[in-house]
Amino acid sequence: MSAPTTPAGARVEFRELEVRYADAPAAAVSGVNLTVDAGSFAVLLGPSGCGKSTLVRTINRLVEPTSGTVLIDGVDVRERELTTLRRGIGYAIQAVGLFPHYTVARNIAVVPELLGWERDRVAARVDELLALVSLEPARYRARLPRELSGGEAQRVGVARALAAEPRVLLMDEPFAAVDAIVRASLQDEIARVHRELRTTIVFVTHDVDEALRLADRIVVMNAGRIVQEAAPAQLLSAPADAFVRSLVGVDAQTRRLALERPLIER
Amino acid sequence: MTYLVLHAGRVGGLLGQHVVLVTVSLAIALAIALPLGVAAARTPRAGTLILGAAGILYTIPSLALLALLVAAIGLGPSTAIVALVVYAQMILIRAVVAGLRGVDPALVDAARGMGLSAPQTLLRVEFPAALPVLLAGVRVAAVTLVALATVAAWIDAGGLGVLLFEGIATQNDDKIVAGALAAAALAIVADLVLRGCERAVQR
Repeated sequence: MSAPTTPAGARVEFRELEVRYADAPAAAVSGVNLTVDAGSFAVLLGPSGCGKSTLVRTINRLVEPTSGTVLIDGVDVRERELTTLRRGIGYAIQAVGLFPHYTVARNIAVVPELLGWERDRVAARVDELLALVSLEPARYRARLPRELSGGEAQRVGVARALAAEPRVLLMDEPFAAVDAIVRASLQDEIARVHRELRTTIVFVTHDVDEALRLADRIVVMNAGRIVQEAAPAQLLSAPADAFVRSLVGVDAQTRRLALERPLIER
Repeated sequence: MTYLVLHAGRVGGLLGQHVVLVTVSLAIALAIALPLGVAAARTPRAGTLILGAAGILYTIPSLALLALLVAAIGLGPSTAIVALVVYAQMILIRAVVAGLRGVDPALVDAARGMGLSAPQTLLRVEFPAALPVLLAGVRVAAVTLVALATVAAWIDAGGLGVLLFEGIATQNDDKIVAGALAAAALAIVADLVLRGCERAVQR
């Protein structure tokens, strides 16, 4: 089977974005201007409640901004019909949210079927994606979600998010609920998938090491604002302020050393 | 037991009527309770209103409700069905609300995020996930209606209640026992069948 074909990633831009929830005194997100380059792996990093999930959810309009705009390849997301927009954006979350009454294959096929793909094409795509996330199609196709381990379920979640060849993939703390060993292998997996597909990935995490490991660009957020946007190495060598310094922590030196290896591999 | 054996045909006929009364009522009740339950689960204010109204209806004594309905729409099976539908509402709406509120929010988030419309999310994700709770409600409603439907005989709606009322009127204990046993057996069978359904969807 040939490598999965997916159109190259799209550029995602936020302009003067502000999100205010009705019942909250402070804005969840404010003054955000950010461009995520086409095909890059951007990681939004920050403590819980910093607005990183809110920000990522404005891309597929699960959250509507109070003001400002979100653009995908220069087109305002509000100009697209809501379900059409979402079907073109991959979405993977911490709780995975696999439909419990659907087999693995049907879960992965949800969006392609909504888009009216032919049956043969869907079936081929399901097998291709299972292979992509290192799950043997013949063994996993017919399983139900409750027959999967946490790591396997998240792999299926990633496959489902990639099913309809999205040009943008949103991942909201996707690996936070699995143990450290499984998390490391999932991180390797998503890094490889990104290298192969060049889909734009916007990835949310509170885990500094995960961000350093995966990101082309790290966007550090605190209290609804972007504090620093930088390449991983730059974040460690030149933290913008005390908050970033405390976030990357006393281990900055060790982390910088650890970072050198994957950089050479790239 | 002799009545049951000697008049098996008649008991069978009344049992059939009873089954029809309960099944038709349950079907109509579900058709009403599903949309009301969805509305109640979606908006807290609608929920308070709908569950409150269903709760009040549920507290009306069954004989009183039947008497009022007879005055309004006359005797016969359709009057009995209206009463049974009213009683089932409370149980069924509560089950729909509990079922939908119990659905893992991550499922709904994933479904919406992937681009399922609200109706698609409801039909493909929320209802299937809520089905075990919903079926438990249907089971409780069915058993309740089997018992309540015996009163329907009082307003000429037929069913196993006929044996009870005739038995009381003619002081024929054997007839009462036959009616009671048949009604109890029906309730038990309904309970078992619907439990089976619950287990099947939980697998």
